[in-house]
Order: sequence, then C-alpha cells, then structure tokens
Amino acid sequence: MSERRTVTVEVNGERRSGSVEPRTTLADFLRDELGLTGTHLGCEHGVCGACTVLLDGRSVRSCLMLAVQADGCSLRTVEGLAAEGGELHPVQEAFSAEHGLQCGFCTPGFLMATLELLSESPQPSEEQIRSHLSGNLCRCTGYHHIVKAVLRAAETMRGDVAASRA
Amino acid sequence: MKPAPFEYVAARSLDEALAALADAGEGGKVLAGGQSLVPLLALRLARPDVLVDVNQVAGLDRVVVDDHRLVIGALARHRAVELDEQVRRAFPLVSAAAAKIGHVAIRNRGTVGGSVAHADPAAEWPALLLALDGEVEVASPRGRRVVSAGDLYAGYLTTTLEVDEVVCEVRATLPEGRTGTSFLELARREGDFAIVGVAAVLAIEGDEVRHCRLALSGVGSTPVRARGAEELLAGAAADDAAIAAAAREVVEEIDPPGDIHGSADYRRKVAGVLVRRALSAARDEIGRMVA
Amino acid sequence: MTEPGTANARAARRVPIESVRPHQFVGQRLRRKEDARLVSGKGRYLADLVVPGMRHAAVLRSPVPHGRIAAFDASEALALDGVDAVFTGRDLLGKVGPFVEGGRLEISPVFLDKVGPEVKPHAMPVLAAEDVHFVGQPVAVVVAASRYLAEDALELIRVDYEELPVVTDPEAALAPGAPVLHGHLGDNVAAHFVVESGDVDAELDRAPHVYRGRFEVGRQASNAMEPRGVLATSDDGTGDLTVWCTSARPHLVRTFLSEMLGIPLDRIRVISPDMGGSFGTGVFSEDFLIPFVARELGRPVRWVEDRSENLLVTRHGRDQVHLVEVGYDDDGRILALKDRFLVDAGAYNQYAITVSYNAAAHARNQFDIPAVRLEGLNVLTNKAPVAPVRGAGRPEVTFMMDRVVDIVAHETGIDPVECRRRNLVRPEQMPYHAGIPYRDGVDIVYDRADFPAQLSQLCDLVDYAAFRKEQAEARREGRRLGIGFSSYMEGSGFGPHEGAVVRVDTNGHVTVYTGANAHGQGLATTLAQVCADQLGVTPEDVTVRMGDTSFIPYGIGTFASRSAVTAGTATGVAAGLVREKALAIAAELLEVSSSDLELEEGTVRVRGTPSREVSLGDVARAAAPGPRSRLPAGMEPVLEAEHYYVPPSVTWSSGTHAAVVEVDEETGFVRVLRYLTVDDCGQMLNPTIVEGQVHGGVALGLGEALTEEVIYDATGQPLTGTYMDYLLPTTAETPPITVAHQVCPSEVNPFGIKGCGEGGAVGPPAAIANAIVDALRPLDVRISRVPIRPERLLELIEVAKAGSAHDGGVGALEDGGAGSRS
Ligand SMILES: Cc1cc2nc3c(=O)[nH]c(=O)nc-3n(C[C@H](O)[C@H](O)[C@H](O)COP(=O)(O)OP(=O)(O)OC[C@H]3O[C@@H](n4cnc5c(N)ncnc54)[C@H](O)[C@@H]3O)c2cc1C
Ligand code: FES
Ligand code: FES
Repeated sequence: MSERRTVTVEVNGERRSGSVEPRTTLADFLRDELGLTGTHLGCEHGVCGACTVLLDGRSVRSCLMLAVQADGCSLRTVEGLAAEGGELHPVQEAFSAEHGLQCGFCTPGFLMATLELLSESPQPSEEQIRSHLSGNLCRCTGYHHIVKAVLRAAETMRGDVAASRA
Repeated sequence: MKPAPFEYVAARSLDEALAALADAGEGGKVLAGGQSLVPLLALRLARPDVLVDVNQVAGLDRVVVDDHRLVIGALARHRAVELDEQVRRAFPLVSAAAAKIGHVAIRNRGTVGGSVAHADPAAEWPALLLALDGEVEVASPRGRRVVSAGDLYAGYLTTTLEVDEVVCEVRATLPEGRTGTSFLELARREGDFAIVGVAAVLAIEGDEVRHCRLALSGVGSTPVRARGAEELLAGAAADDAAIAAAAREVVEEIDPPGDIHGSADYRRKVAGVLVRRALSAARDEIGRMVA
Repeated sequence: MTEPGTANARAARRVPIESVRPHQFVGQRLRRKEDARLVSGKGRYLADLVVPGMRHAAVLRSPVPHGRIAAFDASEALALDGVDAVFTGRDLLGKVGPFVEGGRLEISPVFLDKVGPEVKPHAMPVLAAEDVHFVGQPVAVVVAASRYLAEDALELIRVDYEELPVVTDPEAALAPGAPVLHGHLGDNVAAHFVVESGDVDAELDRAPHVYRGRFEVGRQASNAMEPRGVLATSDDGTGDLTVWCTSARPHLVRTFLSEMLGIPLDRIRVISPDMGGSFGTGVFSEDFLIPFVARELGRPVRWVEDRSENLLVTRHGRDQVHLVEVGYDDDGRILALKDRFLVDAGAYNQYAITVSYNAAAHARNQFDIPAVRLEGLNVLTNKAPVAPVRGAGRPEVTFMMDRVVDIVAHETGIDPVECRRRNLVRPEQMPYHAGIPYRDGVDIVYDRADFPAQLSQLCDLVDYAAFRKEQAEARREGRRLGIGFSSYMEGSGFGPHEGAVVRVDTNGHVTVYTGANAHGQGLATTLAQVCADQLGVTPEDVTVRMGDTSFIPYGIGTFASRSAVTAGTATGVAAGLVREKALAIAAELLEVSSSDLELEEGTVRVRGTPSREVSLGDVARAAAPGPRSRLPAGMEPVLEAEHYYVPPSVTWSSGTHAAVVEVDEETGFVRVLRYLTVDDCGQMLNPTIVEGQVHGGVALGLGEALTEEVIYDATGQPLTGTYMDYLLPTTAETPPITVAHQVCPSEVNPFGIKGCGEGGAVGPPAAIANAIVDALRPLDVRISRVPIRPERLLELIEVAKAGSAHDGGVGALEDGGAGSRS
C-alpha cells in the first residue's frame, strides 16, 4: 500500500491538516478527516454535483479530486457560507425562502455552484441559471424553486452590493 | 466506489513528470484534470500503479490566438478556453464546443490536453482538432515531437502516443480567407457526451468551396473525418444541393457503433442531419461576414 | 399486543368532525423549519454518522443473472491487512431468516376475500447461499477498517458460478419451456388477479369501434440523491440493538429485525436520520445484514451503498406491458376497457400485488367507463426486483389510459380536449362508485371532486385556443410544437394507521412524535401547522420528531402519499385532545368552567376577562405528577395525548396535466417547453410544499417519459450502472412548471386533507407522449412506449411518413407492438 501523506488546506478560512492515502478523494478527506460532512456524495463519479465545493473560488467536484491535489489550496464548503453569528448567506436564505430544497441532500452542491454563478454573473438570466446548474442533480424539487431561489439570491446580493456602495 | 491504491507523484516540472513516467513504465499514468481518469479510478476500471500529477507544471496552460492559429497548452482548462474572448472571436466553433463539455465544474478542472489524450470518440476536442488541421506537441525522455491530429487516434480511448509521452501543446489552424465554421452536437441532456457531434470548417472563394473540413464525434471508435464529403464539396458551389449531397455522402461513408444512447443506424441518420445543418450554418456565417 | 388497526380500536377512535378548530396556520405558505439546518450543511444523513470503533462494510454482488454458487474462496480477502471478516450466505443459514419485503403485511383480509388474488410467496435470502437470480443480488459482505479496504477485499473474493438459463422478458418468462426462477412456484407467475365491473365482453361486442393496442412503460429507478445506508451497533452487555438506516419505515425494519434475527422487539431501536429522498421506499437485505454482522463482530458497522449498487438494486419500478381492448362510439365515448397487463417483477416479487393492483385501481382514471376488466400478472424474470416507486402503478396505467383517450379522439376526429371532457366522470355522478375495491378491500368511491372544472381550469391556464394559434404559426416556420394532456386519480393516505403523540413540556413547548417519517416532504413544518391550529399555539412552539421507533410504539412510515393525510389527521386529533386536557386543567387553575376558556398562542384565557390567564407552561406544570399537581380528579398526569388515526380507506386526489413540447422531426429529439398542472389535494397544509411535491414529481415523470430507463441486455446484464448511462433530468431539460390548485376538501378525514406526493409523477409520461403525437400531426405517429427515445421516435416518424407516401393517406405504426382497429 502506498504511504500516507499530510495534506494541509485552508477551508472556510481555517487551516486544517489531515493524513491520507494518495487515493483518498478530496470529498472523503473533507468528510472523514475534517468532519465537514455538509459536502455530500451522491455518485462518486462526477455526475450528480452533490460534492461540489469551491477550490480557489471555482466550483469543482470534490469526488473527482484527490485530497493530495488540494494540498495548499483554499477551499470553501457549505459550512463556510453563513456569517460568524450564524446569519444565513443570501444564497442559503433564498433557497429556504423559495423552497429550493426538500430533502437537502443535493443542496450544498447547488449552493456552491450558485455562489460561483453569481460571482461571475450577478444578474443571470433563467437560461443561464439552468445551464450553469445543469451539473447538479436534484430528485426532489424539479428545479423550479431552485431557479427562483437563484434569481432571488441574485437580487438580494445585487442589493447588498448597491447598499455597500451607497 | 473508491479507487484502488496507487503511488502519487506531484511533478513540478515537465522533466520531473517525464522522469516519473519513465520510472513507472507501463503502470504510469498522467493525471491532469482528472475528470475522466478519476471516475475510471473510482469504478476501478483504471488501475495505474503510479499517477503523475502534472497540474503543478508551470507554463502549460496558455491559450494564444495568433491570426489563424490557435495554440493551447495541455493544461488549459476547458472553461478558460470557453471564456476566452480572442478564441470566441477567431475560433467561435472552439468556444461553442468547449461550452458543451460536461458542466461548469467539470470544465473548471478538465484540461484540453487530457481530453485530447483520453481519446474518447464522443468528445469534442478530438473532433475539433481533426476539423482544424490540428496537431499536438508531445514530450518524452527522447525529446519532443509533433503528431498531427490525423495520426493521433488509434482506437477507442487509444492514441498512438507512447506511455511515457506527455501532451504539451495543442495547435489548430483555420484556412485564410472567407471562412465559416460551426460545431453542432446532439446530446440527450445538457453536458452529456454527444450521440453525434459535427465540427465543420468551410472556406469559400467566389461561390466555390475552396476548403472544407468535416469531423464527427460519436460515429466511430475514434473521431472521424468525413473525407468523402469533404472531397465532394471541394470546388463545388456552396449551395443547398451540394450541402445535401455532402450530408448524404457522410451517411454513406461512416460506420458508427451503436450503444444504449443511439444505434448505429440512428447515429448514421442524425450524422447526416447534423452535417447538413453544420455546413449550412458555416456557410451562413460567411454570408453574414460579407453582409 | 393488538395493532391499532383492529375493529375495536377503529370504533373507539372515531373523531367527530365538529371538534375540529378552524385553520389558521394550515394553508399558509410557512417557511420550512428544517431548512436552516439543511442549507448550512448541518443535516445528519446516514453517511455522516460516526460511532466510535465503527467498521465499514461492502457487499459483494452477483455478476451473473442466474446461477448456482459452485465455489467460494475468501481466503485472500481475509488475509488483507485491515479486513475483519467476510460473511457469505452459508454463514447466515439458520441465523438470519429469509425475508419478504412488503407484500405480506399489506394485503388486507377483506381484499383477499373480495378479489381473491393468487399470490405465491417466496422469500429472498439476505445473502444468496445457493442460487442467484439477478445481477446485483448480495452474495457476501466484507467488514474492514475503511470502505476503501473493504472494496479492495471484494476484489479478492473468488466465487465460481454455474450459470443457469436466463429470462429477461416477462412475455418470454410466461412461455412454455421458459427457465423457471423459483422451482417450487411451478412457473414464473408470482401473482395474478382479475377484477371487473360491468360486462366488458358484452360492451365490447356492442361498441361500434374497438381499439386494440399495447402499451409499455420502461423500468425506472427511484434514485434518491442520497445512496442508501445502514449503521448498526449492538450492546455487548445488554444485547440491545440500535440500527440507523435510510428507511422511511423504521418500525417495519424493527419488526423484520425482530423476526429475522430473533431479538425481542423492545431490544431493538431503529432510527432513520435525515434522508436524502426516497421515491420508493422499503426494506432491504442490508437492513438485516449489517445489524447481523455488527452483532457477530461485536462492533459497530456501517455500510453505505455506492451509486452503482443503487442503480443495480435500490428500487426499480414500472416495467409493465399493457394489452388493451377498448370499445368506443362515434362520439368518442369509451364504453369498455379490457386490460391484461404484466408487471415484470424481477427475480423476487417482494410486494405481492401492491404495484399491480395499484395499477388496476387507478386504470379507470377520471373517466366514466361502463365496463372494465383488469387482469394483472406479476411475472418473474432475472432482473432486480421491482417495487413501488413514486406513483407505483399509477403512471403506467395512466399512460395507457390517456393515450387511449387521445387515440379515440383522433379516430373519431374529435378535439383531444373535447374527447377527454366527454369521458370524464361528471360532478353530479359523485360520489362515484368505481365498481372495484381498493387495495385495502374497501370499494372505491371517488371523494369530492369536479373533473370537468379541473380540465377547464387547466385549459384556461395554458390558454388552449392561443396555443393552437401559436402552433399553427410555428408550423409555418417549420417548427413542430404540440400539446398533450393527462389526468389521473391518486388514491392517497393509505392505512392501516398512523399515530401521533403530542406532548407539552413545562415551558409550554410542544413536541409531536409520529411514526410517519419525512425524507424531504417538510413534515416537520406541516405537522407543526396542523398541531398549532388544533392545540392553540404557533408553529414555532412545535417541534416534530419522527424516524425513531423509541418515539412511538407503532408507525407505518412515509410512502404512498400518505403522511399528510394519516399523520396529519393523527396529529390534529391528538393536538385537539391535548387542548381539551389543557382547558380542563386550566379550569381547575382559574376556577372557572372549561367552556369559558379559550386557548390561543399558548395562553389560556377566560373569555371576556383577558386579564385572567395561564400559560400552557403553567398548565403543563400543573399536569406534572407529584404534590404540586393540580389535575382534576381522576385525570392522568402529563399534558399529552396519543392518537392513532385509522382511515376508513384512501382519499382520492386528482390532477390534470398539460405538456407543451417541441419536436425535432429530423432527429427525434423532444424539448418540453412548458408544463402545467391543476391538482386537487383537498385542504392543503402548506401550498408551497404541495407545489414542491408537484414539481419534483413532474421532473421524475419527465425522466420516465424521455430519458430514464434501467436497461438490461438480453443476457440479463444491466447496461445502466452509472449516471453517465442512467439519465436523470437536469435543470436544463426540466421546463418551468406552472402549478394551480382546485380545492375540494376530502370528506374522508376531519381536516379535509388528500395526499399529494405522487400525482406529479403520474401525468408526464402520457402528457408528453400526447404532446409529441400532437406536434407531429397530421402524421399519425403512435407512441405506445415510454421512455420515448429519440431513436425510436425518429423511426416512428419515418414509418409514418413512408405510410403517407404510399397510400396517400396517413400512415400508422404502433410503437413496440401491433395496434389495430376494427
Ligand atoms: C459528468 C462528466 C461529463 C463530461 N462530459 C464531457 C463531454 O461532454 N465531452 C468531453 O469531451 N468530455 C466530457 N467529460 C470529460 C472531461 O472533459 C475531461 O476533462 C476530459 O475528457 C479529460 O481531461 P482531464 O484533464 O480531466 O484528463 P484526466 O482525467 O486527468 O486524464 C484523462 C486521460 O488522459 C491522460 N492524460 C491527461 N493529460 C495528459 C497529457 N497532458 N499527456 C498525456 N496524457 C494525458 C491521462 O493519463 C488519462 O488517461 C465529462 C466528464 C464528466 C465527469
Ligand atoms: S458525488 Fe461528486 S459528482 Fe456526484
Ligand atoms: S432536495 Fe432532495 S435531491 Fe434536491
């Protein structure tokens, strides 16, 4: 068996380390070594998007990366969305307000993908939203309320930006 | 669904990568974006002894448009190509094709070199390269060499490259003059590998087709160039009749495999439809340039 | 112990409707209580649970569809560092009983009496010891230090199979000489029944026209996004067993565990943590296997399936063939329906007639058909078992019936909406007796409903006339748009019972415990709404706890659109009882008559004298046992009540759907552009949640209609083992969905609730198929199979075109089989 290695990452602003075999996926590292079980595994072969996290700001499938590859990187997971005091991030808030989740299993992946979308396109069209989120499967919601949630989050975040500029 | 054990080397330079691969011999494998390889590892369909990670090798991710030439480093991510403004202007079919690869998170990681080397006959990049008279530059402990796209593909998920060779760069060219292009594909869902894809390049002089390249994905064990149709069109008038004849020729000349997403017969039929649509779109693009 | 479903309990527990308090929170679009946790990554799903000392299991599955285990060698696996144990079927013999998953428990004696189905029991071994009958059947389990290691070990186990002949098609399985899966059954028929009302043969004889056709619905897999899992710990000292599993039916798992492992019920606690969907629930081999190995090894063991295992075995559904004869007249009125259908049950028919009879019970749809005869057969083949998946028989039979109505419309030259309207049961026919019993044995009587109004509402919503114009314009541009309709009935709120315990703590906080179990439906919110209204508190004051056998003695669980109806009613009634108790105690405290008191927002006040009040917490403290108790004489302490609701039968929800599609005639590709629904699920507890249920159902139905299918090759090998091959709809394929409601409160339960969990999934196959056919008119393309693969549609289009070219008229081809009219 191949030797274990130490992996150090910055997750949600915090430096965390763990020891893994090279074959350990980033998802398993986050979940099992760091206890960040908000990142879910729905397929482990790159299709469902439940494991989506942000790596240096970009969405990636944490099931399709090895933990060793993330050494030295900065990661953001669903656990890092809410503010210090627990106040929900506008994207989280919007998913709840629009009933964009039912069982919640796919939700962390959708939230992370949405975060990326809105950082690139603060005012996305419905079509853009549907295309950007096509890599995340949800079996519960039929996506309708998810799309509405993203539109709402976009609006709130634009408002927030405008307010902070004013 | 967990990978079997392997050794892992994070190469910091191309030389390190080449050395590690040479050491590993048959059991070595390059790890680039991992978007094809890691699923295969998880399913235990690939079981390399050593993975040589090239993600930290610097300088392999450039995307350069130089007039009619496109040069892309092997480690450039699909997403970077998709969003590149210069590429969008000079090689719109490349942007269009890149945007059809999987989903954003896949494109954020997946690399052009990985896609070219993985040699999936349904993938976008191999067909693009064929249509764009492409070539790849590969490195090995024996030095560098250039392989044309036409010589690269040997079979299903198989290239003519040696196990210790690394793709460093991918180059493509468009003909000079009035050129139209199009990339179309049929996929069951957004982001799926296409049942059939078509990359078309058409250059017109006067009313005549001066240059035509047609490459298809999903219709063979490798990406396929429709040479018969290209020959039919060369020198012909770029009218609907000629385009329809070319499409019919494609249906004749390809010999697609069948699977659960589309039988051989179906692929043949829709290949004809897509070729007709792609050629028409390419011609119309030229029309718009003149207008 | 008697189950609460007995006649005695039934009589004792009837609730007078007058005592129901008006809705205040019920019907409101309240935000879900569960959300804050789930959007923060603080859900606790099975794979998130860790117990000290926990080991990891992986299951070895048969790679052959039919065979006999000839040799087994796990020595190499056992030699691997970190591997604790390997168990085979032989190791379980005599220790773990075989199991019959669902059917045995669910057939009511009344039903047996009335319908007299033939059901041939056959149990499935938890691990196959001798014969294997489908690819994916569990044959061994490995326990190791990590899942990675357990999978390494799986690869080292050598099993030799002597291969046996395979049958994968239900019709072939019925043919003489077909390989018989379970020898003792004699043939491959696992269940069979016939039900009828009216004289079908006479009506068919009399009918001016008879359509004969064949309809097929492909095998769909449930695909909850969370893979299934089990974690078990066994206390070395006491022998107590604690099992966490992703099951919507923890009480049923407990019952089975007790029987199969021979452990008393009260030593077992089954907990269902947060669940990432279900869509077809039940009980699986691993629910017993993992507790068994945990006990054998004396350490906690966790198993989580991977997606490939999930696609192999976790809940296949549908897979039906319907052969129909339909009599109709020149006015498009359907006079008789004869349907003989086969359910490809796979290798073990674990649910008796649940799915097949569900199909029969819903075949009539919203239509008034003078005579029906329905014959269902569950046929065994070498494929994974088929079980109820969201809709459970309804989408299949609705696809058949709504296609038939469309075909009749076409044959008679009547507009499809008009033809549909002519056949609907009319409001004045209510209550409508369907002439056959439901699965609980009670004769089917449609609950309050107005189907023609429902259809009209939907036509207004889509603007049918405007669409026809849009369609004509699009046609001129060479685009083919079409519209299709589907209507359905949804027997919901299946019994036999569900209970709720409502308890108020001394702070005045209310907890509802129930045996129903949410996996995304928002029960923690909707039950709190019901409880708040009936008790006189706000939903914020209420916590709903479920999914744990230690909460409440009996529970059925969540499936079959039942929980809002059954647990909702139980909660409402129990809350009402708590309210009465609270008022009685408060009367004691305030020294007034309880009839002078009102309880609102957690405070009891003397009517007209608002200054005289006590809080619910005060009342609860007065209800605590001990010297400070201020209970009226004879009253038991604790401010709580328990109620088991035993529904007399199901309630009948209904809905009508419309799909607008665009078809690419040259490729056979279909895009669903819009999807619209009008549903009637009675009194909605929370309309937003209802809409979410509809949306999700529609997407699942859209998958069934277009992209999703579990495919086996002729040798019994599954070809759809990953998400690259099994195609769930994404955001990009799922259209915007417009949902409107018609509200006809149920008369079956005091709160007027009807279920809404499955209807969304029922309509899409028919609506989309009808829309495609409509888009391609005047070509006569006859879709009779879902999913509608582009390839098949293109073939149908080509043949229809060739037909028109030949005889100058309209060509016809029946997809998947012969169709004929006389
Ligand atoms: C859900 C999903 C959908 C997808 N859809 C599509 C799609 O529609 N179209 C499509 O084209 N692809 C699709 N992909 C695959 C994706 O595009 C991959 O990124 C790509 O095929 C491989 O690139 P990679 O960088 O990820 O390579 P890797 O996965 O790292 O490697 C793939 C193979 O190429 C070899 N290799 C990689 N780089 C080099 C190099 N520089 N030199 C030599 N050998 C090398 C590796 O050894 C390996 O054998 C999809 C993937 C997923 C998970
Ligand atoms: S778990 Fe990573 S994409 Fe499904
Ligand atoms: S909310 Fe259940 S899978 Fe999306």
